[in-house]
Amino acid sequence: MSGEAQRRVWGVDPPQGAGRGLSLRAERVTLGYGGRAVVRGLDLDVAAGEILVVVGPSGCGKSTLLRAFAGLLPAVSGRVLADGEPVGGASADRALMFQDDALLPWRTARRNVELALALRGVPRRERRAAAERWLGRVGLGDDAGRLPRELSGGMRQRVQLARTLAAGPRAILMDEPFGALDAQTRASMQRLLLDVLADAPATVVFVTHDVDEALLLGHRVVVLGPAGVAAEFAVPASRDAVLAALGAGDQLKEAV
Amino acid sequence: MNGLHRWPVRVASLLAAVAVWHLATAADLRLWVRFDRFPGPVEVVREFGRQVEQGQFWQDVAQSLVRILSGFALAAVLGVALGVATARSRWAGDLLQPLFEVARPIPAIALVPVAILLFPANEQGIVFITFAAAFFPVLVSTRHAVKALPVVWEDAVRTLGGGRWRVLVRVVLPGVLPGVFGGLSIGMGVAWICVISAEMISGDFGVGYRTWQAYTIVDYPGVLVGMATIGLLGWLTSASVELAGRRLTRWLPREERS
Repeated sequence: MSGEAQRRVWGVDPPQGAGRGLSLRAERVTLGYGGRAVVRGLDLDVAAGEILVVVGPSGCGKSTLLRAFAGLLPAVSGRVLADGEPVGGASADRALMFQDDALLPWRTARRNVELALALRGVPRRERRAAAERWLGRVGLGDDAGRLPRELSGGMRQRVQLARTLAAGPRAILMDEPFGALDAQTRASMQRLLLDVLADAPATVVFVTHDVDEALLLGHRVVVLGPAGVAAEFAVPASRDAVLAALGAGDQLKEAV
Repeated sequence: MNGLHRWPVRVASLLAAVAVWHLATAADLRLWVRFDRFPGPVEVVREFGRQVEQGQFWQDVAQSLVRILSGFALAAVLGVALGVATARSRWAGDLLQPLFEVARPIPAIALVPVAILLFPANEQGIVFITFAAAFFPVLVSTRHAVKALPVVWEDAVRTLGGGRWRVLVRVVLPGVLPGVFGGLSIGMGVAWICVISAEMISGDFGVGYRTWQAYTIVDYPGVLVGMATIGLLGWLTSASVELAGRRLTRWLPREERS
Protein backbone atom coordinates (compact mmCIF):
# COMPACT_ATOMS: atom_id res chain seq x y z
CA MET A 1 0.00 0.00 0.00
CA SER A 2 1.41 3.40 -0.93
CA GLY A 3 1.99 6.08 1.64
CA GLU A 4 -0.87 8.11 0.27
CA ALA A 5 -3.29 5.21 0.40
CA GLN A 6 -2.09 4.43 3.91
CA ARG A 7 -2.91 7.98 4.88
CA ARG A 8 -6.31 7.69 3.35
CA VAL A 9 -7.07 4.48 5.23
CA TRP A 10 -5.92 5.68 8.61
CA GLY A 11 -6.27 9.41 8.15
CA VAL A 12 -9.04 10.87 10.21
CA ASP A 13 -9.59 14.56 9.76
CA PRO A 14 -10.94 15.83 7.46
CA PRO A 15 -12.79 12.79 6.08
CA GLN A 16 -11.73 11.94 2.56
CA GLY A 17 -14.22 11.98 -0.28
CA ALA A 18 -16.87 13.56 1.90
CA GLY A 19 -18.78 14.46 -1.25
CA ARG A 20 -20.04 10.90 -1.69
CA GLY A 21 -21.22 10.34 1.85
CA LEU A 22 -24.65 11.43 3.00
CA SER A 23 -25.01 13.90 5.82
CA LEU A 24 -27.50 12.71 8.41
CA ARG A 25 -29.38 14.84 10.86
CA ALA A 26 -31.85 14.24 13.66
CA GLU A 27 -33.82 17.33 14.71
CA ARG A 28 -35.59 17.10 18.08
CA VAL A 29 -36.49 13.55 17.18
CA THR A 30 -38.69 11.39 19.35
CA LEU A 31 -38.77 7.71 18.49
CA GLY A 32 -40.68 4.82 19.97
CA TYR A 33 -42.77 1.74 19.52
CA GLY A 34 -46.46 1.59 20.33
CA GLY A 35 -46.67 4.79 22.35
CA ARG A 36 -43.53 4.07 24.39
CA ALA A 37 -40.83 6.62 23.62
CA VAL A 38 -37.29 5.23 23.48
CA VAL A 39 -35.57 8.39 22.25
CA ARG A 40 -36.89 11.81 23.28
CA GLY A 41 -36.15 15.07 21.50
CA LEU A 42 -32.73 14.04 20.23
CA ASP A 43 -30.55 16.41 18.22
CA LEU A 44 -27.68 14.82 16.34
CA ASP A 45 -25.67 15.76 13.27
CA VAL A 46 -23.50 13.41 11.27
CA ALA A 47 -21.30 15.12 8.68
CA ALA A 48 -20.91 13.62 5.22
CA GLY A 49 -18.04 11.14 5.26
CA GLU A 50 -17.78 11.12 9.02
CA ILE A 51 -17.48 7.98 11.12
CA LEU A 52 -19.64 8.59 14.15
CA VAL A 53 -19.54 5.99 16.89
CA VAL A 54 -22.48 5.81 19.26
CA VAL A 55 -22.01 4.19 22.65
CA GLY A 56 -24.34 4.02 25.61
CA PRO A 57 -26.13 1.68 28.01
CA SER A 58 -28.51 -0.96 26.69
CA GLY A 59 -31.97 0.36 25.98
CA CYS A 60 -30.91 3.96 25.48
CA GLY A 61 -32.16 3.87 21.89
CA LYS A 62 -29.00 3.29 19.84
CA SER A 63 -30.57 0.65 17.61
CA THR A 64 -33.80 2.64 17.40
CA LEU A 65 -31.84 5.66 16.20
CA LEU A 66 -30.19 3.57 13.46
CA ARG A 67 -33.59 2.28 12.34
CA ALA A 68 -34.82 5.87 12.07
CA PHE A 69 -31.79 6.90 9.99
CA ALA A 70 -32.36 3.83 7.79
CA GLY A 71 -35.94 4.93 7.21
CA LEU A 72 -37.43 1.81 8.79
CA LEU A 73 -38.96 3.65 11.73
CA PRO A 74 -40.81 6.95 11.22
CA ALA A 75 -40.22 9.57 13.91
CA VAL A 76 -43.07 10.19 16.35
CA SER A 77 -42.11 13.85 16.29
CA GLY A 78 -39.19 15.88 14.97
CA ARG A 79 -37.39 15.34 11.69
CA VAL A 80 -34.84 12.89 10.33
CA LEU A 81 -32.90 14.29 7.37
CA ALA A 82 -30.48 12.79 4.87
CA ASP A 83 -28.57 15.41 2.85
CA GLY A 84 -31.13 17.92 4.04
CA GLU A 85 -34.09 15.95 2.69
CA PRO A 86 -36.60 14.31 5.04
CA VAL A 87 -36.16 10.54 5.20
CA GLY A 88 -39.40 9.08 3.88
CA GLY A 89 -38.56 5.40 3.88
CA ALA A 90 -35.84 2.84 3.42
CA SER A 91 -33.41 3.26 0.55
CA ALA A 92 -30.34 1.50 -0.81
CA ASP A 93 -28.41 4.71 -0.08
CA ARG A 94 -28.60 3.98 3.63
CA ALA A 95 -27.70 0.38 4.37
CA LEU A 96 -28.30 -1.02 7.83
CA MET A 97 -26.12 -3.84 9.09
CA PHE A 98 -28.10 -5.59 11.79
CA GLN A 99 -26.94 -6.88 15.12
CA ASP A 100 -28.99 -10.04 14.73
CA ASP A 101 -28.77 -12.59 12.00
CA ALA A 102 -30.36 -10.87 9.02
CA LEU A 103 -29.26 -13.21 6.22
CA LEU A 104 -32.05 -14.78 4.19
CA PRO A 105 -31.69 -18.44 5.26
CA TRP A 106 -32.73 -19.90 1.88
CA ARG A 107 -30.00 -18.04 0.01
CA THR A 108 -26.39 -19.16 -0.04
CA ALA A 109 -23.74 -16.77 1.29
CA ARG A 110 -23.02 -15.64 -2.26
CA ARG A 111 -26.67 -15.05 -3.14
CA ASN A 112 -27.12 -13.08 0.07
CA VAL A 113 -24.22 -10.83 -0.86
CA GLU A 114 -25.67 -10.44 -4.36
CA LEU A 115 -28.98 -9.23 -2.98
CA ALA A 116 -28.53 -5.47 -3.33
CA LEU A 117 -27.07 -5.88 -6.81
CA ALA A 118 -29.90 -8.21 -7.83
CA LEU A 119 -32.44 -5.67 -6.59
CA ARG A 120 -30.70 -3.05 -8.71
CA GLY A 121 -30.89 -5.29 -11.79
CA VAL A 122 -27.16 -5.97 -12.21
CA PRO A 123 -26.67 -8.89 -14.64
CA ARG A 124 -26.14 -12.29 -13.03
CA ARG A 125 -22.50 -12.83 -14.04
CA GLU A 126 -21.43 -9.42 -12.93
CA ARG A 127 -23.11 -9.56 -9.53
CA ARG A 128 -21.87 -13.07 -8.98
CA ALA A 129 -18.29 -11.99 -9.55
CA ALA A 130 -18.78 -8.98 -7.27
CA ALA A 131 -20.26 -11.15 -4.51
CA GLU A 132 -17.39 -13.60 -4.71
CA ARG A 133 -14.90 -10.74 -4.52
CA TRP A 134 -16.59 -9.37 -1.41
CA LEU A 135 -16.76 -12.77 0.23
CA GLY A 136 -13.05 -13.13 -0.46
CA ARG A 137 -12.41 -9.83 1.28
CA VAL A 138 -14.18 -10.95 4.45
CA GLY A 139 -12.22 -14.21 4.33
CA LEU A 140 -15.09 -16.44 3.22
CA GLY A 141 -14.10 -17.02 -0.41
CA ASP A 142 -14.41 -20.79 0.06
CA ASP A 143 -17.83 -20.62 1.68
CA ALA A 144 -19.74 -18.83 -1.08
CA GLY A 145 -21.96 -21.84 -1.81
CA ARG A 146 -22.93 -22.57 1.79
CA LEU A 147 -26.30 -21.81 3.37
CA PRO A 148 -26.47 -19.62 6.49
CA ARG A 149 -27.32 -22.63 8.65
CA GLU A 150 -24.00 -24.17 7.64
CA LEU A 151 -22.03 -21.13 8.86
CA SER A 152 -21.08 -20.09 12.39
CA GLY A 153 -22.52 -16.93 13.95
CA GLY A 154 -19.31 -15.02 13.29
CA MET A 155 -19.19 -16.18 9.67
CA ARG A 156 -22.81 -15.10 9.13
CA GLN A 157 -21.93 -11.71 10.54
CA ARG A 158 -19.07 -11.41 8.03
CA VAL A 159 -21.40 -12.38 5.18
CA GLN A 160 -23.71 -9.64 6.33
CA LEU A 161 -20.80 -7.18 6.31
CA ALA A 162 -19.97 -8.25 2.75
CA ARG A 163 -23.62 -7.86 1.76
CA THR A 164 -23.81 -4.37 3.28
CA LEU A 165 -20.57 -3.18 1.67
CA ALA A 166 -21.37 -4.76 -1.71
CA ALA A 167 -24.45 -2.56 -1.87
CA GLY A 168 -22.13 0.45 -2.08
CA PRO A 169 -24.25 2.63 0.23
CA ARG A 170 -23.56 6.30 0.84
CA ALA A 171 -24.34 5.84 4.50
CA ILE A 172 -23.60 2.68 6.45
CA LEU A 173 -25.52 2.19 9.67
CA MET A 174 -23.94 -0.53 11.78
CA ASP A 175 -25.51 -2.02 14.89
CA GLU A 176 -22.79 -3.80 16.89
CA PRO A 177 -21.65 -5.43 13.67
CA PHE A 178 -18.58 -7.15 15.08
CA GLY A 179 -20.03 -8.24 18.41
CA ALA A 180 -20.07 -11.93 17.51
CA LEU A 181 -16.48 -12.06 16.24
CA ASP A 182 -13.32 -13.26 17.93
CA ALA A 183 -10.66 -10.64 18.64
CA GLN A 184 -8.51 -11.37 15.62
CA THR A 185 -11.34 -11.51 13.09
CA ARG A 186 -12.82 -8.41 14.63
CA ALA A 187 -9.54 -6.54 14.09
CA SER A 188 -9.36 -7.64 10.48
CA MET A 189 -12.99 -6.63 9.84
CA GLN A 190 -12.37 -3.21 11.38
CA ARG A 191 -9.38 -2.82 9.11
CA LEU A 192 -11.43 -3.98 6.12
CA LEU A 193 -14.12 -1.43 6.88
CA LEU A 194 -11.54 1.38 6.95
CA ASP A 195 -9.97 0.09 3.73
CA VAL A 196 -13.31 0.05 2.00
CA LEU A 197 -14.15 3.52 3.21
CA ALA A 198 -10.85 4.76 1.82
CA ASP A 199 -11.83 3.49 -1.64
CA ALA A 200 -15.54 4.29 -1.47
CA PRO A 201 -16.12 6.99 1.11
CA ALA A 202 -19.37 6.84 3.01
CA THR A 203 -20.86 8.21 6.18
CA VAL A 204 -20.86 5.67 8.99
CA VAL A 205 -22.93 5.55 12.15
CA PHE A 206 -21.47 2.75 14.21
CA VAL A 207 -23.05 1.45 17.41
CA THR A 208 -20.83 -0.51 19.77
CA HIS A 209 -20.30 -1.40 23.42
CA ASP A 210 -16.55 -1.65 22.93
CA VAL A 211 -14.73 1.57 23.85
CA ASP A 212 -11.49 0.48 22.13
CA GLU A 213 -13.44 -0.12 18.94
CA ALA A 214 -15.12 3.28 19.31
CA LEU A 215 -11.78 5.07 19.61
CA LEU A 216 -10.16 3.05 16.82
CA LEU A 217 -12.88 3.62 14.23
CA GLY A 218 -14.55 6.89 15.07
CA HIS A 219 -13.83 10.43 14.10
CA ARG A 220 -16.22 11.30 16.84
CA VAL A 221 -17.76 9.34 19.72
CA VAL A 222 -21.17 10.18 21.10
CA VAL A 223 -22.38 8.80 24.41
CA LEU A 224 -26.14 8.37 24.32
CA GLY A 225 -28.01 8.41 27.59
CA PRO A 226 -31.68 8.31 28.61
CA ALA A 227 -31.92 12.08 28.06
CA GLY A 228 -30.26 12.23 24.65
CA VAL A 229 -26.58 12.96 23.94
CA ALA A 230 -24.84 12.76 27.31
CA ALA A 231 -21.32 13.46 26.08
CA GLU A 232 -19.41 13.91 22.86
CA PHE A 233 -15.71 13.48 22.06
CA ALA A 234 -13.68 14.21 18.96
CA VAL A 235 -11.08 11.49 18.51
CA PRO A 236 -7.66 13.07 18.06
CA ALA A 237 -6.10 12.62 14.65
CA SER A 238 -2.98 10.98 16.01
CA ARG A 239 -4.59 7.56 15.81
CA ASP A 240 -2.57 6.42 12.80
CA ALA A 241 0.67 7.32 14.53
CA VAL A 242 -0.31 5.36 17.62
CA LEU A 243 -1.28 2.38 15.52
CA ALA A 244 1.93 2.53 13.54
CA ALA A 245 3.94 2.69 16.77
CA LEU A 246 2.13 -0.39 18.03
CA GLY A 247 2.77 -2.19 14.77
CA ALA A 248 -0.93 -2.89 14.70
CA GLY A 249 -1.13 -2.09 11.04
CA ASP A 250 1.16 -4.98 10.15
CA GLN A 251 -0.58 -7.38 12.47
CA LEU A 252 -3.92 -6.49 11.00
CA LYS A 253 -2.62 -6.87 7.49
CA GLU A 254 -1.54 -10.43 8.31
CA ALA A 255 -4.92 -11.15 9.82
CA VAL A 256 -6.61 -10.04 6.62
CA MET B 1 -31.23 -43.64 13.55
CA ASN B 2 -30.37 -44.65 10.02
CA GLY B 3 -33.34 -44.59 7.63
CA LEU B 4 -32.56 -48.05 6.25
CA HIS B 5 -32.77 -49.63 9.68
CA ARG B 6 -36.23 -48.23 10.23
CA TRP B 7 -37.86 -49.75 7.15
CA PRO B 8 -38.12 -53.35 8.45
CA VAL B 9 -40.04 -52.03 11.50
CA ARG B 10 -42.40 -50.03 9.30
CA VAL B 11 -43.09 -52.97 6.96
CA ALA B 12 -43.49 -55.34 9.91
CA SER B 13 -46.10 -53.01 11.42
CA LEU B 14 -48.22 -53.17 8.26
CA LEU B 15 -47.79 -56.94 7.93
CA ALA B 16 -48.79 -57.48 11.56
CA ALA B 17 -52.02 -55.53 11.03
CA VAL B 18 -52.84 -57.63 7.95
CA ALA B 19 -52.06 -60.83 9.88
CA VAL B 20 -54.40 -59.85 12.75
CA TRP B 21 -57.09 -59.05 10.17
CA HIS B 22 -56.59 -62.42 8.48
CA LEU B 23 -56.74 -64.37 11.76
CA ALA B 24 -59.81 -62.50 12.95
CA THR B 25 -61.78 -63.14 9.74
CA ALA B 26 -60.53 -66.73 9.25
CA ALA B 27 -61.65 -67.60 12.79
CA ASP B 28 -65.03 -65.79 12.28
CA LEU B 29 -64.27 -63.92 15.47
CA ARG B 30 -67.26 -62.49 17.37
CA LEU B 31 -65.96 -60.49 20.31
CA TRP B 32 -68.51 -57.67 20.46
CA VAL B 33 -67.00 -56.51 17.13
CA ARG B 34 -67.97 -59.17 14.59
CA PHE B 35 -65.68 -60.49 11.89
CA ASP B 36 -67.84 -63.39 10.70
CA ARG B 37 -69.23 -61.57 7.65
CA PHE B 38 -66.19 -59.33 7.23
CA PRO B 39 -64.08 -60.10 4.11
CA GLY B 40 -60.53 -61.26 4.87
CA PRO B 41 -57.33 -60.01 3.26
CA VAL B 42 -57.14 -62.94 0.84
CA GLU B 43 -60.61 -62.19 -0.56
CA VAL B 44 -59.84 -58.49 -0.79
CA VAL B 45 -56.51 -59.06 -2.55
CA ARG B 46 -58.22 -61.42 -5.02
CA GLU B 47 -60.92 -58.82 -5.71
CA PHE B 48 -58.24 -56.12 -6.06
CA GLY B 49 -56.38 -58.29 -8.58
CA ARG B 50 -59.61 -58.74 -10.55
CA GLN B 51 -60.40 -55.03 -10.56
CA VAL B 52 -56.99 -53.74 -11.65
CA GLU B 53 -57.36 -55.76 -14.84
CA GLN B 54 -60.50 -53.83 -15.73
CA GLY B 55 -60.58 -50.42 -17.37
CA GLN B 56 -63.28 -49.18 -15.03
CA PHE B 57 -60.99 -49.27 -11.99
CA TRP B 58 -58.40 -47.06 -13.69
CA GLN B 59 -61.08 -44.75 -15.02
CA ASP B 60 -62.36 -44.27 -11.47
CA VAL B 61 -58.86 -43.64 -10.14
CA ALA B 62 -58.15 -41.15 -12.92
CA GLN B 63 -61.46 -39.36 -12.33
CA SER B 64 -60.85 -39.00 -8.59
CA LEU B 65 -57.29 -37.84 -9.15
CA VAL B 66 -58.34 -35.19 -11.65
CA ARG B 67 -60.96 -33.92 -9.21
CA ILE B 68 -58.66 -33.79 -6.22
CA LEU B 69 -55.72 -32.32 -8.09
CA SER B 70 -57.80 -29.52 -9.67
CA GLY B 71 -59.48 -28.67 -6.35
CA PHE B 72 -56.21 -28.86 -4.47
CA ALA B 73 -54.27 -26.77 -7.01
CA LEU B 74 -56.97 -24.07 -6.89
CA ALA B 75 -56.91 -24.14 -3.09
CA ALA B 76 -53.11 -23.93 -2.97
CA VAL B 77 -52.89 -20.95 -5.33
CA LEU B 78 -55.82 -18.99 -3.88
CA GLY B 79 -55.04 -19.98 -0.29
CA VAL B 80 -51.47 -18.69 -0.49
CA ALA B 81 -52.42 -15.57 -2.48
CA LEU B 82 -55.30 -14.56 -0.21
CA GLY B 83 -53.44 -15.62 2.95
CA VAL B 84 -50.58 -13.30 2.06
CA ALA B 85 -52.96 -10.53 0.99
CA THR B 86 -55.06 -10.61 4.17
CA ALA B 87 -51.98 -10.77 6.37
CA ARG B 88 -50.09 -7.96 4.68
CA SER B 89 -52.74 -5.52 3.51
CA ARG B 90 -55.08 -3.98 6.04
CA TRP B 91 -57.50 -3.22 3.24
CA ALA B 92 -57.61 -6.82 1.99
CA GLY B 93 -57.81 -8.04 5.58
CA ASP B 94 -60.84 -5.90 6.42
CA LEU B 95 -62.53 -6.81 3.17
CA LEU B 96 -62.00 -10.58 3.19
CA GLN B 97 -61.26 -11.70 6.71
CA PRO B 98 -64.86 -11.49 8.06
CA LEU B 99 -66.08 -13.47 5.07
CA PHE B 100 -63.52 -16.20 5.64
CA GLU B 101 -64.21 -16.38 9.36
CA VAL B 102 -67.92 -16.95 8.72
CA ALA B 103 -67.38 -19.47 5.91
CA ARG B 104 -64.56 -21.40 7.59
CA PRO B 105 -66.56 -23.35 10.22
CA ILE B 106 -68.91 -24.77 7.55
CA PRO B 107 -67.77 -28.33 6.79
CA ALA B 108 -67.01 -28.55 3.09
CA ILE B 109 -69.21 -31.60 2.73
CA ALA B 110 -72.19 -29.55 3.94
CA LEU B 111 -71.70 -27.51 0.78
CA VAL B 112 -73.02 -30.35 -1.41
CA PRO B 113 -76.50 -28.80 -1.78
CA VAL B 114 -74.92 -25.42 -2.49
CA ALA B 115 -72.67 -26.99 -5.11
CA ILE B 116 -75.60 -28.76 -6.75
CA LEU B 117 -77.53 -25.47 -6.94
CA LEU B 118 -74.61 -23.36 -8.13
CA PHE B 119 -72.84 -25.45 -10.71
CA PRO B 120 -74.33 -26.69 -13.98
CA ALA B 121 -72.29 -29.90 -13.94
CA ASN B 122 -71.72 -32.43 -11.18
CA GLU B 123 -68.03 -32.42 -11.93
CA GLN B 124 -67.57 -28.73 -11.13
CA GLY B 125 -69.51 -29.15 -7.89
CA ILE B 126 -67.20 -31.90 -6.69
CA VAL B 127 -64.10 -29.88 -7.56
CA PHE B 128 -65.63 -26.92 -5.72
CA ILE B 129 -66.18 -28.97 -2.57
CA THR B 130 -62.64 -30.33 -2.72
CA PHE B 131 -61.35 -26.80 -3.17
CA ALA B 132 -63.40 -25.51 -0.22
CA ALA B 133 -62.00 -28.26 1.99
CA ALA B 134 -58.35 -27.64 1.18
CA PHE B 135 -58.58 -23.86 0.92
CA PHE B 136 -58.98 -22.95 4.60
CA PRO B 137 -56.06 -24.94 6.01
CA VAL B 138 -53.80 -23.38 3.36
CA LEU B 139 -55.20 -19.88 3.97
CA VAL B 140 -54.85 -20.03 7.75
CA SER B 141 -51.37 -21.53 7.77
CA THR B 142 -50.19 -18.98 5.20
CA ARG B 143 -51.61 -16.12 7.29
CA HIS B 144 -49.83 -17.38 10.39
CA ALA B 145 -46.58 -17.91 8.52
CA VAL B 146 -46.67 -14.35 7.14
CA LYS B 147 -47.33 -12.90 10.59
CA ALA B 148 -44.50 -14.96 12.08
CA LEU B 149 -41.86 -13.88 9.53
CA PRO B 150 -38.85 -12.30 11.28
CA VAL B 151 -39.10 -8.55 10.67
CA VAL B 152 -35.35 -8.35 10.18
CA TRP B 153 -35.52 -10.21 6.83
CA GLU B 154 -37.92 -7.67 5.41
CA ASP B 155 -35.97 -4.76 6.89
CA ALA B 156 -32.75 -6.08 5.39
CA VAL B 157 -34.20 -6.25 1.89
CA ARG B 158 -35.78 -2.82 2.26
CA THR B 159 -32.49 -1.18 3.27
CA LEU B 160 -30.81 -2.90 0.33
CA GLY B 161 -33.20 -1.16 -2.04
CA GLY B 162 -36.18 -3.52 -2.23
CA GLY B 163 -39.69 -2.07 -2.53
CA ARG B 164 -42.96 -3.62 -1.42
CA TRP B 165 -43.24 -5.92 -4.42
CA ARG B 166 -39.64 -7.11 -4.19
CA VAL B 167 -40.07 -7.80 -0.48
CA LEU B 168 -43.09 -9.93 -1.36
CA VAL B 169 -41.28 -11.99 -3.98
CA ARG B 170 -37.87 -12.26 -2.31
CA VAL B 171 -38.76 -12.44 1.37
CA VAL B 172 -42.40 -13.25 2.03
CA LEU B 173 -43.03 -16.02 -0.50
CA PRO B 174 -39.85 -18.01 0.19
CA GLY B 175 -40.06 -17.29 3.92
CA VAL B 176 -43.59 -18.63 4.39
CA LEU B 177 -42.95 -21.91 2.51
CA PRO B 178 -42.37 -24.05 5.64
CA GLY B 179 -45.68 -22.87 7.11
CA VAL B 180 -47.51 -23.14 3.79
CA PHE B 181 -46.46 -26.75 3.39
CA GLY B 182 -47.90 -27.53 6.80
CA GLY B 183 -51.23 -26.22 5.50
CA LEU B 184 -50.88 -28.05 2.18
CA SER B 185 -50.36 -31.38 3.97
CA ILE B 186 -53.49 -30.89 6.07
CA GLY B 187 -55.34 -29.58 3.01
CA MET B 188 -54.49 -32.70 1.01
CA GLY B 189 -55.86 -34.88 3.81
CA VAL B 190 -59.22 -33.08 4.10
CA ALA B 191 -59.44 -32.79 0.31
CA TRP B 192 -59.49 -36.59 0.08
CA ILE B 193 -62.14 -36.86 2.76
CA CYS B 194 -64.31 -34.43 0.85
CA VAL B 195 -63.76 -35.69 -2.68
CA ILE B 196 -64.67 -39.24 -1.60
CA SER B 197 -67.73 -38.09 0.35
CA ALA B 198 -68.87 -35.88 -2.51
CA GLU B 199 -68.44 -38.74 -4.96
CA MET B 200 -70.48 -41.00 -2.70
CA ILE B 201 -73.29 -38.45 -2.64
CA SER B 202 -73.36 -37.11 -6.16
CA GLY B 203 -70.79 -38.76 -8.41
CA ASP B 204 -71.21 -40.86 -11.54
CA PHE B 205 -67.65 -42.13 -11.46
CA GLY B 206 -64.71 -42.11 -9.10
CA VAL B 207 -63.33 -44.25 -6.32
CA GLY B 208 -65.81 -42.90 -3.76
CA TYR B 209 -68.78 -43.54 -6.04
CA ARG B 210 -67.57 -47.08 -6.80
CA THR B 211 -67.03 -47.84 -3.11
CA TRP B 212 -70.58 -46.75 -2.21
CA GLN B 213 -71.91 -48.64 -5.24
CA ALA B 214 -70.23 -51.83 -4.01
CA TYR B 215 -71.86 -51.35 -0.60
CA THR B 216 -75.36 -50.98 -2.07
CA ILE B 217 -75.01 -54.28 -3.93
CA VAL B 218 -73.58 -55.98 -0.81
CA ASP B 219 -70.17 -56.49 -2.43
CA TYR B 220 -68.11 -56.18 0.77
CA PRO B 221 -64.73 -57.13 -0.73
CA GLY B 222 -65.42 -54.40 -3.31
CA VAL B 223 -66.00 -51.88 -0.50
CA LEU B 224 -62.67 -52.77 1.07
CA VAL B 225 -60.88 -52.60 -2.29
CA GLY B 226 -62.30 -49.07 -2.62
CA MET B 227 -61.06 -48.16 0.83
CA ALA B 228 -57.61 -49.61 0.21
CA THR B 229 -57.47 -47.66 -3.06
CA ILE B 230 -58.40 -44.43 -1.26
CA GLY B 231 -55.76 -45.17 1.37
CA LEU B 232 -53.07 -45.78 -1.24
CA LEU B 233 -53.94 -42.70 -3.31
CA GLY B 234 -54.13 -40.52 -0.20
CA TRP B 235 -50.77 -41.76 1.00
CA LEU B 236 -49.23 -41.23 -2.44
CA THR B 237 -50.46 -37.64 -2.80
CA SER B 238 -49.59 -36.70 0.79
CA ALA B 239 -46.11 -38.15 0.33
CA SER B 240 -45.69 -36.05 -2.84
CA VAL B 241 -46.64 -32.91 -0.93
CA GLU B 242 -44.22 -33.82 1.88
CA LEU B 243 -41.43 -34.52 -0.57
CA ALA B 244 -41.96 -31.25 -2.44
CA GLY B 245 -42.01 -29.44 0.91
CA ARG B 246 -38.74 -30.98 2.04
CA ARG B 247 -37.12 -30.20 -1.31
CA LEU B 248 -38.14 -26.55 -1.14
CA THR B 249 -37.23 -25.97 2.51
CA ARG B 250 -33.79 -27.52 2.66
CA TRP B 251 -32.49 -24.29 4.08
CA LEU B 252 -34.31 -24.80 7.39
CA PRO B 253 -32.09 -25.49 10.40
CA ARG B 254 -31.96 -29.22 11.08
CA GLU B 255 -34.02 -29.31 14.27
CA GLU B 256 -36.94 -27.69 12.44
CA ARG B 257 -36.89 -30.12 9.52
CA SER B 258 -36.81 -33.73 10.78
